[in-house]
Amino acid sequence: MDQHAVFLIILGMTAVTYLPRLLPALLLSSRRLPRPVEIWLGYVPAAVLAAMLAPTLVLRDGAIALGFDNLFLWAAVPTTLVAIATRSLFATVLAGMAVVAATRWFTGA
Amino acid sequence: MIEQVLPRADDGSWLSGLAKSTPILLGYLPVGFAFGILALETGLSPVNTIAMSALVLGAASQLVAIGQLAVGMPAPTIIATTFIVNLRHMLMASALAPYLRGWPRWRIAVFAYGLTDEAFALHAERVTRGPLMPPEAVTINLMAHGSWVAGTVLGVVAGRLVADIEGLGIDYALAAMFIALLVLQIRSLLLLAVAGASAAIAVGLALAGIDYWNVVIATLIAATAGVGIRSWISTRSS
Repeated sequence: MDQHAVFLIILGMTAVTYLPRLLPALLLSSRRLPRPVEIWLGYVPAAVLAAMLAPTLVLRDGAIALGFDNLFLWAAVPTTLVAIATRSLFATVLAGMAVVAATRWFTGA
Repeated sequence: MIEQVLPRADDGSWLSGLAKSTPILLGYLPVGFAFGILALETGLSPVNTIAMSALVLGAASQLVAIGQLAVGMPAPTIIATTFIVNLRHMLMASALAPYLRGWPRWRIAVFAYGLTDEAFALHAERVTRGPLMPPEAVTINLMAHGSWVAGTVLGVVAGRLVADIEGLGIDYALAAMFIALLVLQIRSLLLLAVAGASAAIAVGLALAGIDYWNVVIATLIAATAGVGIRSWISTRSS
């Protein structure tokens, strides 16, 4: 991996992450975004998280895989329940990793 | 819980910010740790791994980016995906902007750098009860930034020692984090529908071979459809 190119990508990522955090804070202290834009932005987090999550759960090697051998998919069930019950990032990440690690340990996979 | 341990800690001071940000520390250390290990595994140098956490400060976007780097995606795709993944902070910054009135620009610049989801949740709670206190608010954001970088450094150090990533389930940290953040986002049936539509579109696009831009396209379509359906419902009911 070309570490110089990676660093340039990191700088690009920094710019497109910082500016949306900074510009509204600087410019909107006495104004507001148009209402439809605010509503649209309100839907972005749920949409983007679902779009990133779903393929990692249901796809294996470019095809839909809904069987019990798809560990990532069914481990999402207890992980989701822990997330709903605790509403904690820490507890959910630990629970998800524990389910996956324990299943691999017991099945020897 | 923290309020019980430190009953007088809600006075807007930096000490109060330190106490309130403890849950953020507990959340960011392990995820940062996982990020550090996975980034090294992907082939990032230790310096670039720590630099990404220190500069970008966006857990989800960073974990997605190393996945994209691993399969050799072009720089514009990675940066565009980062932009979309982190666009939600624009809403958070907009929501807090009225409470930053009168702050010097340098302080707003420092505050905005550390405006992560978890820090925003604390600020949003604070402004329901009064103004944003600069020492507390800036301390919370600096703690979030510091614990994210500290977790990454620990991961980089441990990455040389931990050989068995799969045995510890570390490769599931990203999915588990997305599940947690998604559950926190679903506050209405419409949001659930938007998330479901976005998930289906992203999977469909990936099946069709569009696995570079599927997250960006699915998000744009699903969020726009959500605005459309919302206005359709409100015209019908009025």
